[in-house]
Amino acid sequence: MDFRLPVGQWVEGFVEILTDTLQPVFDVLRAIFLGLYDVVNLVLVSPPFWIIILAFAVLGFFAKGWKLAVGIVVGFGLIVAVDQWDNAMDSLSLVLVASVIAVLVSVPLGILGASSGTASRILRPILDFLQTMPAFVYLIPALILFRVGVVPGIVATILFALAPGVRLTELGIRGVDKEVVEAGHAFGSSPFRILRQIQLPLAMPSIMAGVNQVIMLSLSMVVIAGMVGAGGLGGDVVASLNRIDIGLGFEAGLSVVILAIVLDRLTASLGTRTKRISKTDVPAIAADAASVSQKDEQATARAPQGAPA
Amino acid sequence: MPLLLRALGENVTNTVAVEVNNVYKVFGKRPRDVVKRLKAGATRNELSSQGTAAVIDASFEVRKGEIFVVMGLSGSGKSTLIRMLNGLLEPTSGSVAVYGSPVSGIPAKQLREVRRSKISMVFQHFALLPHRTVLDNAAYALEVQGVPVAERRERAQKVVSRVGLAGWENKLPGELSGGMQQRVGLARALAADTDVLLMDEAFSALDPLIRREMQEQLVDLQHELGKTIIFITHDLNEAMFLGDRIAVMRDGRVVQVGTPDEILTDPANDYVAQFVQDVDRARVLTAASVMEPARSVVSGSAGPRAALRSMRDLQTSAAFVVGNGRKLLGVVHDRDLLKHVKAGNPDLMAIVRNDPATVGPDQYLVDLFEPAAESQLPVAVVDDKGRLLGAIPRVTLLAALANVPTTTGENQVIETPATVAVEIITQTLRETAGLTDETEAPKVTTADEGSAAREGSLA
Repeated sequence: MDFRLPVGQWVEGFVEILTDTLQPVFDVLRAIFLGLYDVVNLVLVSPPFWIIILAFAVLGFFAKGWKLAVGIVVGFGLIVAVDQWDNAMDSLSLVLVASVIAVLVSVPLGILGASSGTASRILRPILDFLQTMPAFVYLIPALILFRVGVVPGIVATILFALAPGVRLTELGIRGVDKEVVEAGHAFGSSPFRILRQIQLPLAMPSIMAGVNQVIMLSLSMVVIAGMVGAGGLGGDVVASLNRIDIGLGFEAGLSVVILAIVLDRLTASLGTRTKRISKTDVPAIAADAASVSQKDEQATARAPQGAPA
Repeated sequence: MPLLLRALGENVTNTVAVEVNNVYKVFGKRPRDVVKRLKAGATRNELSSQGTAAVIDASFEVRKGEIFVVMGLSGSGKSTLIRMLNGLLEPTSGSVAVYGSPVSGIPAKQLREVRRSKISMVFQHFALLPHRTVLDNAAYALEVQGVPVAERRERAQKVVSRVGLAGWENKLPGELSGGMQQRVGLARALAADTDVLLMDEAFSALDPLIRREMQEQLVDLQHELGKTIIFITHDLNEAMFLGDRIAVMRDGRVVQVGTPDEILTDPANDYVAQFVQDVDRARVLTAASVMEPARSVVSGSAGPRAALRSMRDLQTSAAFVVGNGRKLLGVVHDRDLLKHVKAGNPDLMAIVRNDPATVGPDQYLVDLFEPAAESQLPVAVVDDKGRLLGAIPRVTLLAALANVPTTTGENQVIETPATVAVEIITQTLRETAGLTDETEAPKVTTADEGSAAREGSLA
């Protein structure tokens, strides 16, 4: 049987039409992404490595404590020691730019999905597609539309990392206590105020988990992005694959792992921060418990006098 | 005996605060069809495959200043009903209005305005904003209303203090006990300064002691602020304690609306009767609702002979002595009276003992056991001006608790039996005839007069 559904040709045709008609749009996007990347890269690469390490250590200290700070110093020190620092900073720049854009796109999409069942039903298969389509496949059209370099890497990374941001935002907002949202309505709040003051704050742990996942997925795309000339650690991994260079491959791969762990711990602690603050107050609550019962007694003792006979 | 209504809360007025007209709420794919068929006489179960009829043809009015309790078991539709009162749910059919402004079938913006200005809500699980302090939670409604920061904090502070949370303003809700969290919920609703307050199973999540305390505090607050409260509960005792009137719901329908007394003593159907059989009647029925006309009553201005004669006729050992306007002066006993008459002393007041057990008409039966046990006479029911409204013999008290009709006729022994034989009294009266100047006609207050006075005082 000779029948074959020419899906591939259709997509090719579609991409061709895109390139013909929308090339100016893609050029603008390319300029924006490249500009963002260059700025972030400049900040990370131009100072000496120890300043960046110190900055991350301080961030780690405030986010979680001295253990994370020490871990960051040791881990990043190792990256410097295997001579992957510049590559790591290139990759980090790519990850940061892609993650920020992915979060900026995915959180509003998640909110949309949470607020409307129809939107949710439309989004779900798209997200499935984005998440499970082999990541290499994005690179091909991205390469055509944005030419070789960092930008196709960023675009492919964004597409690949989008899904958990949308899913966890939607889940978080849908999971907000229905009664609290009702309370917002009952006191006459507008839907936007409820979103801003109730749904987003209460969904924040879930949204932060989504952000964390977006960053992790972005990192996992770094290596693949190396194939389209995005450079960084991915570039070295691809090069070592071509040359069967076990040593270089391991060093670059190890650097990716270290970056991943540091970013994971940093962002994970952001999501649980609010909980930690209230936990530190627990001893104070126990101490207050005694005075509560006293206050209650006073209140009930006062009540009969206060009430008009 | 006619059923006596418990005196409605003093704040209740005739202004209609909330009006619910033939409201239906059906969840499902084609709710309007289901309503049509329900109106045509189909039952809820017949239509269960096409949609869930949560509320069926509910109509009632809630007056300003009233505590109106909607009571029913889970699944009876009470939570759905209350959510239609502030538009959280839109009725499938019928209308809801708060102070004349419609709540159903209006644009979202207008609905928000009604919620801000007229109606606030307290939730079963408190529904506080966990990331905000107690004070900011209490100020939430004011924030939504657009009140400036300084003013709303001040107003919230007042309400927070009023519900007994002074000193806790800067805590987060998670640091408070359940009872305290619900006080924050109450403070938030009170701070909104709306007249109508919806309370959705507000105390159900609290443990029993705290619940009782909160109920009492709510009654206090209601006396003080005169809010119109619509309270949802599945707890009959809570409904009876709080409610000026109660609506009982079953399977989506309002089966009876009435005062706690009416629900208790005159249930509309077997379901309600079964429901109320376990209620603690002593905490629901009031003195006024069970009292009998006081029969052995003598006038303080009458002479001892007249008093003795009337007591002989009634065969009772003691009688209440009343002055002008049926003001209760005290009690006379037959032995004292007999000596008095023999001695020819004309002043009845000299032997009046000032120790009758008295209770107010709104006191619950639970408060009556002690005075009834200590007193030989029936417990006197007097109003706040000291006027005798009626009496409660112990038999009546027991009968009320057992839900037995008390007054089947005049032949019931309800007064303390005479301790002096009738013959002796008659003889004494005959012997002393003419010794005392008895110009007035004997003043014996009959049962008819008694009940007339009682009805008059309650009208």
